[in-house]
Amino acid sequence: MSTAPLLQLRSVNKSFGNVRVLHDVDFSVYPGQVTALVGDNGAGKSTLVKVIAGIYGRDDGDYLFEGKPVEVTGPRDVAAMGVEVVYQDLALCDNLDIVQNMFLGRESRKGVVLDETSMESRARETLASLSVRTVKSVRQSVASLSGGQRQTVAIAKAVLWNSRIVLLDEPTAALGVAQTRQVLDLVRRLADRGLGVVLISHNMVDVFEVADRITALYLGRVAADVPTSELNHSQVVELITAGRSGSLGIAENPATATV
Amino acid sequence: MSTSTTGTPSTDKGGKDSPAKGASLADTDFAHDSTQASTLMESLRGYVARVRGGDMGSLPAILGLAVLMVVFGLASDQFFSLLNMANLVVQAGPICLLAMGLVFVLLLGQIDLSAGVAGGLSAAMTALAIADRGLPWFVAVLAGLLVGAVIGLLIGLLVANLGIPSFVVTLAFFLGLQGVILFAIGQGGSVGVEDPVLRGLTISNVPVPLGWAAAVVLVVAFAAGSFLRYRTQVANKLQHHPLSLVILRVVVVAVIVLGITGLLSINRSLNPFFPIAGIPYVLPLVVVLLLVCTFVLDRTTFGRHLYAVGGNAEAARRAGINVARMQVAAFIICSTLAAVSGIVQSSYTGGVSTAAGGGNTLLYAVGAAVIGGTSLFGGRGRALDAILGGTVIATIANGLGLLNQSAYINFLVTGIVLLVAAGVDAVSRRRRSASGL
Repeated sequence: MSTAPLLQLRSVNKSFGNVRVLHDVDFSVYPGQVTALVGDNGAGKSTLVKVIAGIYGRDDGDYLFEGKPVEVTGPRDVAAMGVEVVYQDLALCDNLDIVQNMFLGRESRKGVVLDETSMESRARETLASLSVRTVKSVRQSVASLSGGQRQTVAIAKAVLWNSRIVLLDEPTAALGVAQTRQVLDLVRRLADRGLGVVLISHNMVDVFEVADRITALYLGRVAADVPTSELNHSQVVELITAGRSGSLGIAENPATATV
Repeated sequence: MSTSTTGTPSTDKGGKDSPAKGASLADTDFAHDSTQASTLMESLRGYVARVRGGDMGSLPAILGLAVLMVVFGLASDQFFSLLNMANLVVQAGPICLLAMGLVFVLLLGQIDLSAGVAGGLSAAMTALAIADRGLPWFVAVLAGLLVGAVIGLLIGLLVANLGIPSFVVTLAFFLGLQGVILFAIGQGGSVGVEDPVLRGLTISNVPVPLGWAAAVVLVVAFAAGSFLRYRTQVANKLQHHPLSLVILRVVVVAVIVLGITGLLSINRSLNPFFPIAGIPYVLPLVVVLLLVCTFVLDRTTFGRHLYAVGGNAEAARRAGINVARMQVAAFIICSTLAAVSGIVQSSYTGGVSTAAGGGNTLLYAVGAAVIGGTSLFGGRGRALDAILGGTVIATIANGLGLLNQSAYINFLVTGIVLLVAAGVDAVSRRRRSASGL
């Protein structure tokens, strides 16, 4: 598209032992856009996310942030650039309330004392700025929240720190209809605020609803990276299951190609 | 932190004043949650709902204490005598201190079975340092605390770094440390505690005027702190309790603190020529440690991280919390408080025997923490729980002692109490997860 990508991976390869999981993957995240990352189980989605998050190193290829190559050696480097990952299992503490969870590990303090005033205000402001209307009180314990509300808290936690990019791993997988609606609205609002959003999802309805771009992975290769408007539902399914769809996709069938 | 968008919370729901930003605070639910429980009745109803949902907190301890008081009061005419009440306070001291240490470990979902014996060994070292080496009491106490801290460090490293379950590590220490005590004191022997300061901790009393002054200062400080906090919360539009609840809480604390001070300030001596009055020194010690522990748990990053690790260790790890270091720290705190408990116990009994800290000492303390509302499953508990539960356990021990029951009754009752406490914990946990509290 017209804007420059915020984060870019160029011909990234990644192997575990002699199993090659990512083949020359190019991946871009644009500010203000939702990029959907789709692919069948084992296509390499999770590996790609973990490479972006800095949990896995990459064998070769470039990692660019705002057009400049960056050295990524661990999750902390990635977090420092403003890239946050919301994992599928959310990782919230049930016994703590929303504010405590949002600031976990990054509590604000006055001297040695926790600064509850600023934390509660900031948590409330962040949730309000995302137009979250589903939570009764920020001092509610997380155990009392529904799945959608928990997802909301996890996402709000990720944007609390002025992050630039948020990666969401299957955010709607375990949610009901109404809750899925809320989370998708939230995902859209994140992008509208100028963040780069990566949505990993198996649900084509969700993908077509919020995504601006779709990147399809097939057996560790990028089968297509195109604007959502240029694709239809069945084309995406073909890209996911066969790696190609008409003129799109991988020319040579990678399943029979020599690795 | 209150910016202009946080203004006019409840009156203006339309959010007309913020067309550009899309959503202001005023048109979200967060605009009117600040006074969630607006009246005392609502708070009460909320509390009843929480208890029904399985979040019983300290309720079992308070009910248990009331029942025990009635039972023992009817069964023994000495139970409510002033002398016995003062005795009860002193007896409860070591149990409360040990339980308070255990709260830190229980919060992580771990257990320290060796805490009682660790306290015994620390007390033995302190007593030996005075009796054999002639060291001043404070050096000896410091040495005792250091012994406790080192034991905690070893347990913590074994649990956190080697990954041995704390149950096994501390069971091994429970056995091993008894051997160390035997070696240090000698078979069948005992070391006396004659140091006037240490012995005085449990047998001397704070002068009555000083006791009253301290009690009044405590109440005034608590009231000031509560109201100041309330004002800050209101001013910053944070969630807060209704003012009536804040006042009620201050009144309850005032009645308890001043009531106990009043009772202990009456002459309780049976001999008219030797009046005994005042608060035993051990009580201020327990109160100070309670305040310190509560501060650490509620107001510091360290405390917050302890709860987080106990609630979901994986989430804590991903949030950048060093889980292993928190575990080591919790075991060090536990064993150090156990050392304080052991030293207080030795002050009360006037010496350290080879059986110090063994037997049912630890199970009393675990029972105390759990009855008070600390969960064996981790993530829930307060320092105050240890005090409430410790008082219940001490009341049982004290009452049974007055009734001159044989030893077997004591063991039976201790076992039953522990089982009931753990049962209540498990059931309330089940109900909590069912009701989402």
